Amino acid sequence: MMDALILSRIQFAANISFHILFPTITIALGWFLLFFKLRFQWTGDLKWMEAYRFWVKIFALSFAMGVVSGITMSFQFGTNWPGFMEHVGNIAGPLLAYEVMTAFFLEAVFIGIMLFGFSRVPNWLHTLATFLVAFGTTMSTFWIIVLNSWMHTPQGFEMIDGVAHATDWLAIIFNPSMPYRLIHMLLASGLTVSFLIAGIAAFRYILGDRKETVRSQIRVGLTFGALLIPLQIFMGDLHGLNTKEYQPAKVAAMEGNWSDTDGHTPLILFALPDEDARENRFEISIPNGASIILGHSPSAPIPALDEFVAEDGTILHPPVNAVFWSFRVMVGTGFAMLLLSWGSLAFLWRRAEDGRRFAIRRLPKPMLWALVPMALSGWVATLAGWYTTEIGRQPWLVTGVLDTSSAVADVPAPMVLSTLIGYLVIYAALLFAYISVIIYLAVKARHNEPLTELTPSSGGAVVDAIAREDRGVVPAE
Amino acid sequence: MELLGYAPEIWLPFTFAALMGGSILLYVILDGYDLGVGMLTPFARTEEERDMMVASIGPFWDANETWLVLAVGLLLVAFPVAHGLILSTLYLPVFVMLVGLILRGVSFEFRVKARAKYKGLWNNLFFVGSLMTSLAQGFMLGMYVMGLEMTVLTVLFATICALGLSMGYAFIGATWLIAKSETSLQRDAIHWARRSILGAVVGIGLISVATPLVSERLWDKWLSFPAMAYLAPLPILSLLLLAGLWQSLSGPTYSVTTRAWRPFVGALGLFVLAFIGLAYSFFPYVVPERMTIFEAASAPESLIIILFGAMIVVPTILGYTALAYWVFRGKTKTLTYY
Ligand code: HDD
Ligand code: HEM
Ligand code: HEM
Repeated sequence: MMDALILSRIQFAANISFHILFPTITIALGWFLLFFKLRFQWTGDLKWMEAYRFWVKIFALSFAMGVVSGITMSFQFGTNWPGFMEHVGNIAGPLLAYEVMTAFFLEAVFIGIMLFGFSRVPNWLHTLATFLVAFGTTMSTFWIIVLNSWMHTPQGFEMIDGVAHATDWLAIIFNPSMPYRLIHMLLASGLTVSFLIAGIAAFRYILGDRKETVRSQIRVGLTFGALLIPLQIFMGDLHGLNTKEYQPAKVAAMEGNWSDTDGHTPLILFALPDEDARENRFEISIPNGASIILGHSPSAPIPALDEFVAEDGTILHPPVNAVFWSFRVMVGTGFAMLLLSWGSLAFLWRRAEDGRRFAIRRLPKPMLWALVPMALSGWVATLAGWYTTEIGRQPWLVTGVLDTSSAVADVPAPMVLSTLIGYLVIYAALLFAYISVIIYLAVKARHNEPLTELTPSSGGAVVDAIAREDRGVVPAE
Repeated sequence: MELLGYAPEIWLPFTFAALMGGSILLYVILDGYDLGVGMLTPFARTEEERDMMVASIGPFWDANETWLVLAVGLLLVAFPVAHGLILSTLYLPVFVMLVGLILRGVSFEFRVKARAKYKGLWNNLFFVGSLMTSLAQGFMLGMYVMGLEMTVLTVLFATICALGLSMGYAFIGATWLIAKSETSLQRDAIHWARRSILGAVVGIGLISVATPLVSERLWDKWLSFPAMAYLAPLPILSLLLLAGLWQSLSGPTYSVTTRAWRPFVGALGLFVLAFIGLAYSFFPYVVPERMTIFEAASAPESLIIILFGAMIVVPTILGYTALAYWVFRGKTKTLTYY
């Protein structure tokens, strides 16, 4: 029988992994919706309105999934980690409170106007509501990343009787890893949505949906993807340098470096780290690579795992395999994104027969097909990145301040096990339903006629019919 | 920082208890009506009618639930020790509530976006989720009133509270529908309100009778002499409100429909009165009979910084919430994205 600590950790990890999937989409999709709406207003081209109408549904669905899993999250601290709040509640509390007050209410109220107010409020107010929802999700991200980053690189507090007391709020908010983590997360969200848009549009295109809006969506997704991915790789590198300074044990685990302390550390492309023997098996590596990337010189020393073993043999570094591999999954996905987005743009750049550039027809079939599974690549990279970050923090919950085992609730293990199973079943079912509905919406959109007029009241039967179908009044088939 | 001569160790916990109480009250009223509407959906006559019911709460439910997040957040930040104690004791009912909230929250979206043949499934989940949430909340309320002790008697009491609160939610939900709907749906809502008001009465009555019996402290608090005189308005006002509600609901339909907001306002009044009674009973305890708000409060410097933000932000939140209710004022129309 597993103990309550392990079960609580699995339950927490399952909940937050499920939660993060949806904010990752809504954070950036909010801004994309604003982009579609403004493009429509400036160009008057209805294809942008069609894009808005398609993606606003997915936004609403993702938002609901994000909200309900977020509410679950806010209870997790109390039900499973009371020790966390007892020790660092004075810091975590105000940050969470600010998130609720400045972000959650903003999005929750204006999403109503954004989704259902289109024909009820003046256009400027609707645009403003769209902006405020996007702004609210971004504020959410800011506050939660502040808290999370403080757990990684805490400062601005003093410990009195084992309880953290804030001494300097600016130092707490602008803790050393916060800017890197925030930007990296926002870019991750932007990339996730870029590839989602390109991927779903490519799927529609393959199904024979050749409407102008579909082509434009492929272009928009690819262009934003291509713009953001180099930034992300660059930010990731800076993030790594920051981590090397503040959490060297994490970097040692990411690099799979057991014992090299005198520079010339290779960059490991593949290996099976063996945690008992404390060495790598089947290693394939680039000589001096890690030293060059993290130290900008072939002889720069890199943190090694052996430095984090206490005299009495207690291991003070995180589990190596999980960190090592999830880091590689993230970076690998990042390079796949780079290749696919720039590769596709290179093909699109070639002129079509009529002399125009960016004709989707010019995209080779395999690339078009590759875009479809890549629709979910952002999810993969984001989860892998968070696993690197969070598991890399172990055995600490708050680096150097609080270890994970002293924060757990003493709820009986069988009880935690039963709720854990309950959550897993529900999450699996909902994830299945979510993905099926997105596919269904994409397939269904094929039958929509291109928009010819905007207002639903004067727009005649077609728009009316779409609206009715969306309410489920008329069966879709 | 003294306030009116009180040290911050006194007035800060008090202020936060008030803020938390305020958001619990707002939550119970606001999510109360939309959970109530959720529980009434199976009684809709037609699919159009059900769509209308859901449409009447569509723009509001997310913001309504955010008051729960704020309430739990305030409990967490202001009284962290109590938060841990309460939530780990109520571990299972909290789980049931969360599952309920998850199911109903996503069903809102899935029921209109999934393939039409699955709409019935999501309708059912919407109902089940609303019911689970309400029952779990009522159960937790009952356990809390009983001082979080687990015995056969307290569990029985909590179970009755679960049914009572659910009926209360169904009642305020029905009055919301009376205000927001027209024609046949409105007539049905009047009918539902007449039914569910009885359940609500039994629930409130039972808690009122049981409370003084739980402990000597509560007995003295309610039934000693000067207190009884101050408190008399609570039961009297409640009875007057009930009588008024009953009369307006049992009158001819047209008299209800011309003053369609009245039943909702009456229901709201009942909730407020019941809440004041509970707040009076528990103060100054945050965990009944075990821990006062002053013992459980976190460090003053953290509370000050939240309070500072709250003074600016909460009025703003109330402001734009009012804007949303104004935008969607009047009788409900079908929901469309464009
Ligand atoms: C689309 C998603 C995505 C992509 C393509 C990348 N990352 Fe990433 N990465 C994340 C999404 C992400 C993330 C999920 O958002 C994390 C978790 C915590 C955070 O702030 O960002 C993260 C964490 C994270 C960390 C952990 C830092 C720490 O917590 O100490 C490092 C060092 C990098 N990333 C580096 C990279 C590099 C070198 C990439 C080059 C390809 C890269 N990331 C691509
Ligand atoms: C959203 C992306 C996130 C993911 C996928 C994630 C994932 C994880 C994982 C896998 C663990 C378990 C580590 C282990 O036990 O070895 C963990 C631990 C934890 N994380 Fe995160 N995390 C995320 C963000 C956050 C944020 C934003 C916070 C706080 C504000 C947070 C707070 C915690 C806490 C309190 C633990 C302790 C529980 C534990 O160690 O298992 N996490 N997280
Ligand atoms: C890096 C990790 C996280 C990010 C980026 C994030 C971001 C977001 C965003 C953008 C939303 C808005 C809803 C949506 O768009 O889907 C949201 C909702 C929510 N999140 Fe998270 N979150 C994270 C982790 C957490 C954690 C650790 C908690 C628990 C304390 C939490 C609690 C909530 C709650 C309660 C909501 C619902 C808000 C509402 O009612 O509108 N989140 N989150």
